[in-house]
Amino acid sequence: MKKYSGFSLLKNALSYHENWQKIWRSPKPKADYDVIIVGGGGHGLATAYYLAKVHGITNVAVIEKGYLGGGNTARNTTIIRSNYLWDEAAQLYDLSLKLWEGLSQELNYNVMFSQRGVLNLGHNLQDMRDIERRVNANRLNGIDGEVVTPERIKEIAPLINISRDCRYPILGASWQPRGGTARHDAVAWGYARGADALGVDLIQETEVTGIRRKNGVVVGVETTKGFIGARKVACVTAGNSGVVAAMAGLRLPVESRPLQALVSEPVKPCLDTVVMSNAVHGYISQSDKGDLVVGAGVDGYNGYGQRGSMHVIEHTLQAICELFPAFSRVRMNRQWGGVVDTTPDACPIISKTSVQGLYFNCGWGTGGFKATPGSGYVFADTVANDHPHPLAEAFDLERFNTGALIDEHGAAGVAH
Amino acid sequence: MLLIHCPHCREDREEEEFSYSGEAHIVRPVEPEALSDKEWGDYLFFRKNPRGIHHEMWYHGIGCRRYFYATRNTLSYEILETYMVGEKPQVIAAIDVAIDAHRDTPRGTL
Repeated sequence: MKKYSGFSLLKNALSYHENWQKIWRSPKPKADYDVIIVGGGGHGLATAYYLAKVHGITNVAVIEKGYLGGGNTARNTTIIRSNYLWDEAAQLYDLSLKLWEGLSQELNYNVMFSQRGVLNLGHNLQDMRDIERRVNANRLNGIDGEVVTPERIKEIAPLINISRDCRYPILGASWQPRGGTARHDAVAWGYARGADALGVDLIQETEVTGIRRKNGVVVGVETTKGFIGARKVACVTAGNSGVVAAMAGLRLPVESRPLQALVSEPVKPCLDTVVMSNAVHGYISQSDKGDLVVGAGVDGYNGYGQRGSMHVIEHTLQAICELFPAFSRVRMNRQWGGVVDTTPDACPIISKTSVQGLYFNCGWGTGGFKATPGSGYVFADTVANDHPHPLAEAFDLERFNTGALIDEHGAAGVAH
Repeated sequence: MLLIHCPHCREDREEEEFSYSGEAHIVRPVEPEALSDKEWGDYLFFRKNPRGIHHEMWYHGIGCRRYFYATRNTLSYEILETYMVGEKPQVIAAIDVAIDAHRDTPRGTL
């Protein structure tokens, strides 16, 4: 892999940028791998990268039915934060945030990570009590955060409406300055490029159709391009996790639902932070290109159609217009629906399964993007050692039988 | 926007009148205290979550306020039938048969 630098930019300019090295190879699948990762989204590619980089396991294939990072990685609202209530979740998401902070250098690929801060608004007394509790919990965990007043919110985001004369007045917020956004595609591409350079085979347009087992042990996967053998199979298939689990005769405590995001036409810079509200349910930031990026909620019922209900968008845009009356005239440009895998406790599953050599990393629900680096890091460790990484232990599948749930609905369940 | 036929009201009504109550035909264990943690967790949390035909429970909250079952395709969103609680569906997907065969713990019959 040739390193990207100012010098390489200059050098390639001399040949009119026509001789850049291909960002990754497109190899034919080998007959056999040490590890097969099913799903080439951000989390799958991060897992492949850390398997190769940290654990030296390079005989790895990532098998993706579409193109790399073309699913939820490509259609989320790119928000990054780690202000989760419970210790287990806070530590996992903060590991991720710490990895984000050095990711562009680590990957030699600009992921455009921007620590522009995240506001989580409170609109009633209970919201404010929950916010204070969460901020205190964060600070005890060494995670930055403060409770801010409406006046301070107005300084941070001047267009916001802090009037008391509205249906859901803003009473305060939590503020995490280290939070922010990143370029979603770049994260997938950066990890893909890094993994490819370390010898990982990225196999696109190949769908896994079955998981072959022998005496309860994984031996490989059936794909649309034939059988590929593997000692370990790691599934990172987000909304389709239930479908992949069924291939191995397993069920998961996961329900798949469409989650929507939409962007407006580009407008001049007017919002340089991320504003989220659980109570009225909307979240918004502005991309470097100028579009307002708006996140809506999940549909009320299970669905695999990559689209969502219109009334869900309507509800979110009502909230956005109340928070930012100036945005009422902004026209929306595009809308997407991605299928997310929601769990009963709004926390992910990073786990071994009852089938030996089969691992699942799923259940990130509506907020997996922020966790991409940390998720890949701890999952790679879990797969490599056939033992949960210390930060992944609490996220074992077993918790749904023991009852040790990590109830993050307050900090995570609605807005992400 | 889905149009859902409520078998109680015998009318096609808009999706917003209804709320979703998850997978149908999950029978509450008769003796919960006799179950192992595995069986209880399985009953509470583990779901089929199929990509395709799904039997599910709906509640007509802004209407007759009664529950009923629906068979819906989770990919095309087509509602194939709605039927009363206690009745059996007319349409059964292959995945139901496949998953039932793999199931470790019995959870009532369809």
